[in-house]
Amino acid sequence: MTTVPTAREGSVGTAHTRVEGREKVTGAARYAGEVRFADLAHGWFVLSTVARGRVRSVETAGVLAMPGVLTVLHHGNAPRVDTGYIGFLGVPPDPSCAVFQHDRVPHLGWPVALVVAGTSEQAREAAEALVVRYEEEPHDTVFTGERPDAYDVDGHVPAVTGKGDLEAGLTASAVVVDAEYSTPEEHHHPMEPHAATARRDGGRLEVVDSNQGAAWVAGDLARLFSLDPASVRVRSEHVGGGFGSKGIRAHQVAAVMASTVLGRPVRVVMTRRQMFSLAGHRSPTAQRIRLGADADGRLRALEHRSVSATSTVYEFVEPSASVARAMYDAAAHHTANRVVRLDVPTPTWMRAPGEAPGSFALESAFDELAEKCGVDPIELRARNEPERGPVSGLPFSDRGLLACFREGARRFGWADRDPRPGLRREGRWLLGTGTAAASFPVMARPSTAAVTAEADGTFTVRISAADIGTGARTALTLVAADALETGPDRVRVRIGDSDFGPAMIAGGSMGTRSWAWAITAAAAGLRERLAAGTGVPPQGITVRSDTSAAVDALPPKERHSYGAQFAEVAVDTGTGEVRVRRMLGVFAPGRIVNPLTARNQFVGGMVWGISMALHEEAVRDAASGGHYGADLAGYHVATHADVPDVEAHWIDDPDPDDPVGIKGIGEIGIVGAAAAVANAVWHATGVRHRDLPIRPDRVLLSGAPGV
Amino acid sequence: MKEFAYQRAFDVPGALALLDAGSDARFLGGGTNLVDLMKAGVERPARLVDVRGLPLNRVEPTADGGLRIGATVTNSDLAAHPEVRRRYPALAQAVLAGASGQLRNMATVGGNLLQRTRCGYFTDVTRPCNKRVPGSGCPAVEGEHRNHAILGASGHCVAVHPSDMAVALTAFDAVVSYETADGPGELPLTEFYVPVGDTPHRETSLPRGALITGVILPPAPVAARSRYRKVRERASYAFAIGSVAAALDVEGGVVREARLALGAVASRPWRARAAERALTGARADGEAFAAAADAELAAANPLPRNAYKVALTRNLMVAVLTGLAEEAAR
Repeated sequence: MTTVPTAREGSVGTAHTRVEGREKVTGAARYAGEVRFADLAHGWFVLSTVARGRVRSVETAGVLAMPGVLTVLHHGNAPRVDTGYIGFLGVPPDPSCAVFQHDRVPHLGWPVALVVAGTSEQAREAAEALVVRYEEEPHDTVFTGERPDAYDVDGHVPAVTGKGDLEAGLTASAVVVDAEYSTPEEHHHPMEPHAATARRDGGRLEVVDSNQGAAWVAGDLARLFSLDPASVRVRSEHVGGGFGSKGIRAHQVAAVMASTVLGRPVRVVMTRRQMFSLAGHRSPTAQRIRLGADADGRLRALEHRSVSATSTVYEFVEPSASVARAMYDAAAHHTANRVVRLDVPTPTWMRAPGEAPGSFALESAFDELAEKCGVDPIELRARNEPERGPVSGLPFSDRGLLACFREGARRFGWADRDPRPGLRREGRWLLGTGTAAASFPVMARPSTAAVTAEADGTFTVRISAADIGTGARTALTLVAADALETGPDRVRVRIGDSDFGPAMIAGGSMGTRSWAWAITAAAAGLRERLAAGTGVPPQGITVRSDTSAAVDALPPKERHSYGAQFAEVAVDTGTGEVRVRRMLGVFAPGRIVNPLTARNQFVGGMVWGISMALHEEAVRDAASGGHYGADLAGYHVATHADVPDVEAHWIDDPDPDDPVGIKGIGEIGIVGAAAAVANAVWHATGVRHRDLPIRPDRVLLSGAPGV
Repeated sequence: MKEFAYQRAFDVPGALALLDAGSDARFLGGGTNLVDLMKAGVERPARLVDVRGLPLNRVEPTADGGLRIGATVTNSDLAAHPEVRRRYPALAQAVLAGASGQLRNMATVGGNLLQRTRCGYFTDVTRPCNKRVPGSGCPAVEGEHRNHAILGASGHCVAVHPSDMAVALTAFDAVVSYETADGPGELPLTEFYVPVGDTPHRETSLPRGALITGVILPPAPVAARSRYRKVRERASYAFAIGSVAAALDVEGGVVREARLALGAVASRPWRARAAERALTGARADGEAFAAAADAELAAANPLPRNAYKVALTRNLMVAVLTGLAEEAAR
């Protein structure tokens, strides 16, 4: 039998296992803390044991005499750094990364010294022996929504938006929902802890790190240490998770300081416990939502207010109240994000910042409105589909929300649902189902890429992208293969190296979209060169791209990914146990590059949403101002047994007007997931849980009917 | 971290001699708790004597119809043993309710009995803790205590014992056997763990330098119909916030014998003798089960943020007893 050659099928859209998968599962892939260096020294952080005050003394003499100890860095002797700049992401750096610059202690777990020794064990033993004396001041770490000192802060979005007369709208409404919701402090805790090794190599500073953007970290290190940017190289080959926590942080800065002082490579790795105060976290939120609607559920008034906490050294806003700005319209529409400053570490971006906690509140409130109006929750969303951006007034590039709900309802079996709560029993369990909407902005940032046609007929792509476990390296290989009209086996994608030039970080669900754009542009240029040329010289032909102009030229529109989340839960009101039995998400995610790793992203986000709904909560001890149970035995995330059946699907979501077609998929999976679970708990028990996580004690004390 | 010496023992006299050979040594079983505590700086032994290789890794029937469980039997082997599953099903269930497969493959019976509380103040060396540093105070009383004791606590310590296995063993009158340089000894588990009082750092009555060699389960026909149920804040791999080991012998709708022990309520596995007394001779119905639970929990003294545990433990006792009674009626 003969086969007829056909036109080459594209790689994008077909399932590919990770190109580096074999190295990862065999242990050949080296992570930042494992890369070998000759003459390596190890730094160990000493963190403050008080939540506010000043360092009175760091008693180094005894420690310097301990075996292997090379130096102790602290505010009295550490190199100075400059934090007065606007960083890669357009904001000033969180000065928490600028360690040992002053004697002030702004929170418990603040780095007060770095002990450097020949081995990590020696450094740790000496760090634990180091005596630091403090002038302690009273601290304030208790977060509530009623803090009078909360104030408006513009974060990466404006603090406040508003139109129409809210009180009049509420007064004129047949149905009003007025409810308060809270989410606790949550932590990223990627499997791989933060780790960096710094060394001076000739005139260059080289850092091997675990981060979400090598060019980002390199740029910030250059600014902090007043170095020529070209003399700083940061590499980050394999990254075991980031979720927003792996930017410029104390460990890289401390490693650079120590390697500068000692003239030899120094590695600093955070312990799991240290990550609780050094790696960033998601602030707790206290949210209030007021919805006013006609009897049929059509909104007249919407108000979403959120308070989050930040540190005393940096303003970071968890913009939970911003979700409604793109999701639902009303004649009176008001949103506000406020913050309160506490003696705690600075929070940071954590998977779907704003959208994750904000959607819990907003989508729970919508479920309450559906209940009050006697309208099906999906129909309620359909009746409130906006024509244009509720705040921006801009047209939507596309809006796949209802298509997601339709497909999700079909797959989940929503049509048979009896909306009345507290009716379904199975042994000791009460059963219920819930749904919620999801959205996440689609954005892009300028990036550069280089594509080389090699003399042997293969191609090499160089881009300072980061694969933080998402499969980005593989996705970019597929994108490059299609752009070069070749097979993925002929394309090598090199990432995680700041020497490849500036590029977007792995963050904001913007990485793959931004990088693919740059690679496609460079590949197009290269194909033109190859078409015109006379063969490839031994050194290859390289074409570079820079998407700055193209990204800036993108016409303003409301661009979002959408999703519909469905959950079925079982609740034992006698013990307070809540079990998710199944979870189903349908997404409108733009063009899917690699279905295998894309599903992984969606399911991962949904699992985290289950975890957020039922388990995750960092507990702060008011007396000390620090965490209670700061380890993964104390901070619970969902286990396999908590996530028995999680399904993710997507609908065709082409946007022919978009130059890339790829939307972000890293964050949308968690959005709305916690609300779907909470709404299902209501449907099971008849009790609304407006505070996360929905712990057994909360279920037990909520007065739900016993079985 | 602190450097330490590591030695292996191959027989009981050798283990005792090694432990005795210098100061500040600890026996090491699976290391699933001790090594964690060493990493956290809570335990700082100068020497570890690894006893996992001792010939104490068997589960054997005793002449009177009970079982002798060697101290180095792993949790996995204990839970899988056919005689344990047949005669004391709640014990197998309790072991399987704890930790993860990997940890159960390492953890030993002797080590399980001696594991320390997971109270977050105990495991954080920067905070006071009367159990870790006697006299330093107990921040849990005023601070975080959602998973702390409701029974038998004192103002000096409100931590709970973390073991699931020990709860089932307590219900079945298990006896700990040990060896010292001066000879062997035995302690019923209910005397092995001592009340908190004002010495929370003293957790057991095991003589200093003693090596646990095993656990003896006396014959208990009632245990053939037994159950362990554990409630935790997620479906797996978390310590209990409430647990019950129960056995019930019902004839003609009347309770002939009941065994009941509670976990996550006290500094030690809590034998619910008041409930057992109330049950014996009572009708095997929900009303009697609730009355028995109330009899036990009358002594409960919850803290401001763990009162839910009283309701949880009560509901759990009733649910488990009801399940056993239904099983008996089938």
